[in-house]
Amino acid sequence: MNLAVRDIRHNAGRFLLTCLGVGLLLMMVMGMGGIYRGIVEDATLLVDRIGADVWVVQRDTRGPFAEQSRVAPSLRDRVATVPGVTAAREFLFHTIQRERRGAPLRLAVVGLSWPDDRGAWGPLLAGRHLAQGHYELIADRSLGLELGEALHLGRETYRVVGITSGMVASGGDGVAFVTVGDARAIQLDLAAEAVRAERAARVARAARDELPAQAPALLERASAPAGELPAVEGRTLTAVLATVSPGRTAAAVRTIASWGDVSAFDAEGQRALLLGGSVAKVRLQIGLFRTLLTVIATIVMALILYTLTLDKLHSIALLKLIGAPNRVILGLILEQALLIGAAGYAVAYAAGSWLFPRFPRRVILAGDDLAQLALIVLAISLVASLLGIAKALRVAPAEALA
Amino acid sequence: MSGRAPAALEAEALTRVYGEGETRVVAMRDVSLRVAAGEVVALLGPSGSGKSTFLTTVGLINPPTAGRVAIGGVRVLDGPRALTDLRAFRRRQLGFVFQKSNLIPFLTARENVQVALELDGTSGRRARAAAHALLEELGVGDRAEHLPAELSGGQQQRVAVARAIANRPALILADEPTAALDGPRGRQVMELFRRIARERGAAAVVVTHDHRALDVFDRTYEMEDGALRPASPPPAPEPGPSPSLTPA
Repeated sequence: MNLAVRDIRHNAGRFLLTCLGVGLLLMMVMGMGGIYRGIVEDATLLVDRIGADVWVVQRDTRGPFAEQSRVAPSLRDRVATVPGVTAAREFLFHTIQRERRGAPLRLAVVGLSWPDDRGAWGPLLAGRHLAQGHYELIADRSLGLELGEALHLGRETYRVVGITSGMVASGGDGVAFVTVGDARAIQLDLAAEAVRAERAARVARAARDELPAQAPALLERASAPAGELPAVEGRTLTAVLATVSPGRTAAAVRTIASWGDVSAFDAEGQRALLLGGSVAKVRLQIGLFRTLLTVIATIVMALILYTLTLDKLHSIALLKLIGAPNRVILGLILEQALLIGAAGYAVAYAAGSWLFPRFPRRVILAGDDLAQLALIVLAISLVASLLGIAKALRVAPAEALA
Repeated sequence: MSGRAPAALEAEALTRVYGEGETRVVAMRDVSLRVAAGEVVALLGPSGSGKSTFLTTVGLINPPTAGRVAIGGVRVLDGPRALTDLRAFRRRQLGFVFQKSNLIPFLTARENVQVALELDGTSGRRARAAAHALLEELGVGDRAEHLPAELSGGQQQRVAVARAIANRPALILADEPTAALDGPRGRQVMELFRRIARERGAAAVVVTHDHRALDVFDRTYEMEDGALRPASPPPAPEPGPSPSLTPA
């Protein structure tokens, strides 16, 4: 006969409430792990999905995600000449915040190297990949944009032609894929008056020089659009991505790094940059918080089990009086602890599975983390029952006569 | 110990002293009692006379300061020293019934009996059947699946008796088992002890204040100031119907 189950049956309401309380506490522990896993996944998602073997960024920076990076568009042609490199792509990344229907809309804008890269590596939920060099956009579902929706960014209008899922940047913002040209236009989204003022300043500077007097055409050229003036044009990329023949990545990285004006990382190096920076601090913070919650859960469970044991002291004394060995008493408390732990874990999983997808950032309940938490709950249950067991073993059979 | 046939209970020169110096209290002094198998013995005496001390001592709950105890021919206590695993011995050789029924509140009547059987190694299915049969025998079979809180005082006490005798103990110890019952029901319980002692060959020592049912017992003792002495012979039983085991 299982005494633990019989006792629970007799106090079903209290047991259910206890499990609910413990479960919600464990859900917090589970959520902490899930938040960390989500941050790691978000941070490395683009690096993992984009399929680049080598990331070429501005010299001595940790770009393009860990910090800002600026490289010239011509870098793509240089990278393409490196032995072993089979393809080189432009890459532009920046984050913007606009308003949509009265609410803030944060977009992590990723510029793809049109026409080589149309975003085909991103999983589509609906719509299609980019089919033209301008004014099309693939949006992550988390942005809340609708397929076919027209989005005004700066002076241009972009139409949502595809919806992806789970594509977010390291900051948790949903990604909007456009071509590099459009990404740059969005980034340098200057108002007409700002453009006019900048041109006027340029002409004024040129007029003060002697050179325009000797070559008047230069003054005329100074008022042309910036894009037509190589000396002042601001066309930059954040990185160039290279695809390399198998086994030649390390050599390509060494070659590119030797140029002196850029730094090069393989995909693993790029992941390490992301995880070793801000994510490492988040990991530590969440780890400490998770440990704290685990300790609190243990204390709460111990107090609950101790109280449950106190309620049963007379029955325990009676069991000892009629000759129950200590293992029966121990089993009664231990089994209840494990049942509360198991039921609490189930509550935590069920509640978390329902609640976490509604969180603003991703909370990933990974199999390894769930298994680890199951072991933690087992340990918590065992440790928490010690107080109750110690009390129960001290009860004298004579107390049944009191 | 004597050289006669093994008794169900043989207590010899039991003394129990609490405290030291000025707080020293002798709760039981030089008490000896031999109870044969099948015998039912009543223990009378005012509160604080040492009855419960004697019962808990021979019940292997409260060790004596001096004296010896043998149960079913097995020496178990020599002074405060245990000569065997007392808890296991209690499980197999002793049955307890108390003033309050002392049933485990979260177990049904049947489970309260079944747990005693299972603790002694009877398998779950056999223990369940045996517990049910025992409750039927004691007239509470129809209440087997009810919790103690759903039973009357008399029914609870019958279930407690069923638990006490479940493992066929050599000795049943009862501490005022009829205190919470009215006269007729109290007598029914006392007669139950006698019947069980006769049919199962167990001895019973019953502490009681109920003088109306003393005729049920083979012998009656009185305790006063921790000393035990034979009481006056019980009055002859009045003619009447034979003992009834109908449910209370």
